[in-house]
Amino acid sequence: MGTRLRSFAAFWYDFVIGDDWVIAAGVVAGLALTYALSQTAVPAWWLLPLLLVLLLPLSLWRATRRR
Amino acid sequence: MGTGAGSWALFIAVFLACAVEAVEATTIVLAAGTARDWRSAASGMAGALAVLAVIVAALGPAVSDIPLRGLRLVVGALLLVFGLQWLRKAILRASGHKARHDEDKIFAEQLATAATQSRRRVGLVPDWYGFTLSFKGVLLEGLEVVFIVLTFGGNQHNVGLAAIAAGCAVVLVAAAGVAVRSPLRRVPENTLKFVVGIMLTAFGTFWGAEGAGAHWPGSDAALLVLIPAIAGFALILVAALRGGQQPARVAVTAPERS
Repeated sequence: MGTRLRSFAAFWYDFVIGDDWVIAAGVVAGLALTYALSQTAVPAWWLLPLLLVLLLPLSLWRATRRR
Repeated sequence: MGTGAGSWALFIAVFLACAVEAVEATTIVLAAGTARDWRSAASGMAGALAVLAVIVAALGPAVSDIPLRGLRLVVGALLLVFGLQWLRKAILRASGHKARHDEDKIFAEQLATAATQSRRRVGLVPDWYGFTLSFKGVLLEGLEVVFIVLTFGGNQHNVGLAAIAAGCAVVLVAAAGVAVRSPLRRVPENTLKFVVGIMLTAFGTFWGAEGAGAHWPGSDAALLVLIPAIAGFALILVAALRGGQQPARVAVTAPERS
C-alpha cells in the first residue's frame, strides 16, 4: 500500500513538476504576481513573458552546471 | 435585407472567432499526437468532446456561467510548466548538452526506454501525458466555442445559425489538421519537440496570464507575437549554450512512433 502510494505520488510529481522544480515554482509565483498586478491599474500581461526570459536561462544554467 | 446582412455578419463573426479557437485546439492535438502518441492524443480529443457534449446537454444555456477564467488559469499553468520543460530539454539537446552523441545508433533503444518509462499507460490510454495535453486543449477551446455560439447567437436571437457557423469552422480546421498530419511525421523528432515546446509555452503564457486577470494587447492576436518571440529567444539560448562547441545536430532522423 505504502509503495503504491509512493509510486502514485512519484508519478504525479514527475508528471507535473518534471526535471526541474524551479520551473513549476516560478510559474506559480509568476501567475500569483500577475494576479496581484491585475488588481491594480498597471497592465499585467508583460509579467509572464518577463518571467520566461528569467526562468528558462536559470533552469538551463542549473542543468548545465550539474553536468 | 437587413436581416440577411445581419445573418451573414453573425455567421462570419462566429465562424472566424470559432476558427481561431479551433486552430488553437488543433495545434495542441497535433503537437500531442506528433511528439507523443497519436492514439492517446485522439483519445484525449474524443474524451474532451464527450465531456463537452455532456456539459452542454446538462447545462444548456447555463454553460456560460462556468468560470472560464479559473479554467484558463489551471490549464495555462499546466501548459506553461509542460512547455517550459519541453523547451528546456530541446534547447539542451540542440546545444549539445543532452544526449547528442550517437543519436541515430541508440534511437531504437531510446524509443523502447521512452515507451516504458516516460510514456505512462493508464487504462486503455498508451500515453497519459499526450492524452491530458489533448484533452485539456480541446475541452478549454471547445468551451470557448460554446460560449461564442451562445453569446453571439443569443445577442442576435439566432443560436442555430451561430451553431452552424461554429460547426463549419471546426470541421474546416479539423480537416486542415488531418491534412498536415502526415507531412508533420516526416519532420525530425527533436525539431518537432522544439516546436511543440515553443507552442505549449506560448499558449500556456497566454491562457495563464488571462486566467490570472491580465488582458493581452490585441487579445488572441498576441499569440502571433508570443510564438515567434519565444522561438527567437529559444534559438538565442541554443546559440549561447553552444558557445565555442561544435554545433550539435538538432534532428533525430528516425520517424516518431505513431
